[in-house]
Amino acid sequence: MTANDTTHPTASELEIDASCRVPLLALLVGASVWLVLGTVLAVIASIKFHAPDFLADCPLMTYGRVQAAANDALVYGFCLPAALGVILWIFSRLSQTVFALPVVPVVAAHIWHLGVFVGLVSVLLGNSTGFAWLEFPRGGSVLILVAFLLIAISAVATLGFRLERALNPAHWFLLAALLWFPWSYSSANIFLVALPVRGVAQAVIDLWFGNNLLWVWFSLTGLGIGFFFLPKLTGRPLHTYYYALYVFWTLILFGTWCGIPAGSPFPAWIPVLSSVAATFMLVPFLGVAILVANTICGACQSSASSCEPKGGPLCYFKFGFAAFILSGLLLVASACPRFGHVTEFTWFGQAQVQLQIFGFLAMFLFGAIYYILPRALGFDFRFPKFTRFHFWAYVIGVILYVIPLAIAGYLQGSHAYDPAAALPALRISTLGLNLILLGNLLFALNIISMFVSWKLALAKTIWAAVTAPLKTAEVKP
Amino acid sequence: MKSGLTVFFAAFVALGASWFGFVVVPTVQLGGLKQTTVLNTTDLYPPQRIGDATLGLQIYRANGCAACHTQQVRQDGVSCEVVLTSGGKNPQAVTNLLAILYLKNLTKAQADDVAAQITAAGGKVETHTVPSGADLDHGWGVRQSVAEDYLYDYPVQLGSLRAGPDLAAIGLRSSDANWHLLHLYAPQSVVSTSRMPSFRYLFTVQKKGATPAPDALNLPAAFAAPAGSEVVPTPAAKELVAYLLSLRANAPLYDAPFTPPAQP
Repeated sequence: MTANDTTHPTASELEIDASCRVPLLALLVGASVWLVLGTVLAVIASIKFHAPDFLADCPLMTYGRVQAAANDALVYGFCLPAALGVILWIFSRLSQTVFALPVVPVVAAHIWHLGVFVGLVSVLLGNSTGFAWLEFPRGGSVLILVAFLLIAISAVATLGFRLERALNPAHWFLLAALLWFPWSYSSANIFLVALPVRGVAQAVIDLWFGNNLLWVWFSLTGLGIGFFFLPKLTGRPLHTYYYALYVFWTLILFGTWCGIPAGSPFPAWIPVLSSVAATFMLVPFLGVAILVANTICGACQSSASSCEPKGGPLCYFKFGFAAFILSGLLLVASACPRFGHVTEFTWFGQAQVQLQIFGFLAMFLFGAIYYILPRALGFDFRFPKFTRFHFWAYVIGVILYVIPLAIAGYLQGSHAYDPAAALPALRISTLGLNLILLGNLLFALNIISMFVSWKLALAKTIWAAVTAPLKTAEVKP
Repeated sequence: MKSGLTVFFAAFVALGASWFGFVVVPTVQLGGLKQTTVLNTTDLYPPQRIGDATLGLQIYRANGCAACHTQQVRQDGVSCEVVLTSGGKNPQAVTNLLAILYLKNLTKAQADDVAAQITAAGGKVETHTVPSGADLDHGWGVRQSVAEDYLYDYPVQLGSLRAGPDLAAIGLRSSDANWHLLHLYAPQSVVSTSRMPSFRYLFTVQKKGATPAPDALNLPAAFAAPAGSEVVPTPAAKELVAYLLSLRANAPLYDAPFTPPAQP
């Protein structure tokens, strides 16, 4: 079923899609389970602000553990493996070859999900490392790192076998993402967990890693996926190639230095450098805005027949780009000294993080997965209508979740961190989170039902082969 | 940007720059940090934590307390303040001077000038260094947090959200261990508007014996355990409280100067 014939001249799109089938399913089915689980944990954490004593007797469900586990399940459980699956498919499509080393990502996917399981159980049992975004203790983080490296190796192998030699803009972003995660994750874990540095340098490294995961890795991956799908779905090339190049450079030059708040107890050069870099981030965000606007508007004018019908995966990308630019503006705003002084240490920062996760990267991944999976498996979703419900539940959910959270943050900061000031806005955001949970359930239902029907079809084929009557007529005595 | 290697090296250099700047350099600059002397004394700061407090840091970590509490106090600036300690032999002249001089929010040069004028008139003055900022106005600390405060922490948990108050100097604000135990068991029993969840699982509810346990909590009636039983903190709760009491950050340092209140 996975034709591993890399010498084949130009594989057809059908063959390429089929070659990605098993690795994709191995990554995505687990990812959709973590997605639902992570959102359920996030809802539990959110309810605790309205009813502090909700599940208070259970140490596993205390806010600090549930909140960390929810974030980790969403980022390490869903965003990373789902993004890796999409990256593998994009690399094979762009290389115009069938997928190289298809067994490796299947093994890696299982290691990955085991790592997330070990990590989440440890966090809930109180064995987290205590570093934000690096909560998984050694058992979980080593498995995740190994799995990432295996997947990156097979992606790079596919790239090496490519028939189209020139690189696509999507390649730059995704290659940098494949390089940057293992680098930053391993060095943060070495400096913080394996051979911990002394004192406050830990906090600098932790903040650096968190920023590089949520802003640089998410942006590189999301934009790579977005810049691959945008021309495909609008039927027009990126407008233009040079804007993409510009965005790539400014993003990795400035983005990697952000994330250290102005009042932190570090030597002054660290937060100052970080604030300056965050201000410069306006450049890549404006670049993305111009590029996307030009590409999409141009497509509307040209009225190409190859344009994706209304309501297809393109709407996920449109919303995702809008969310990305909004979260970018929030990042730049919080680097402004006066505004940042009010919003620092408030829900405003959480609003940015959640917008990056749900509004931007998850949205892109849903759009991409809804495009890829039916092609890779060769049959449509069981519940195609759910994809529309999912989209609208998500759009309303993200808006109701993130905007009140940002307002809550501003109110909290301007009312001397009085939690009562932020409470009405927090109530609305819990409502939004429940809508997101609904959307995630619909998504997981579609993915898992597809997986089950694929397994059933496979079993039927095997059963038919086993029970097929021997062609006795041709057996000569 | 046509070949894979170009992209790889470009990304390697750009990403590596931030790795070098924010991982390697801070490690070199801060990783070798040692105890420092408290301003105008020979005392070393920070003192090493006692055993229970060190264990309590791990309870703080395991329960993710840093999800809602920061441990960093910001400061907007420092100013000087001239304080009159004695009117001297000619109080009228000093009083006349005080009517026309500003004594607060001065720079060091202004403060020295004011102090010289008052001393010339026969008064005795002290010049105090006073940090200012919104966090300090909340009473969350006496000075800004600096790198030395976290020397013995592993992990360092600065926190990024103030759903609850900052804890950098909680040991100064409420130095009563019993208050902390009551607050952990039933936060609303001591702070009626608190949104903090109860940490009941750090306590055991047991049958009251012939004599009550010496460390049983003295809870208000509305939060008390059922009749005939008492609430006793587990070792974990006591360690956590010992840790909270160890968070004091009240030594004047070279990079965070202030004049401590006079010792009685």
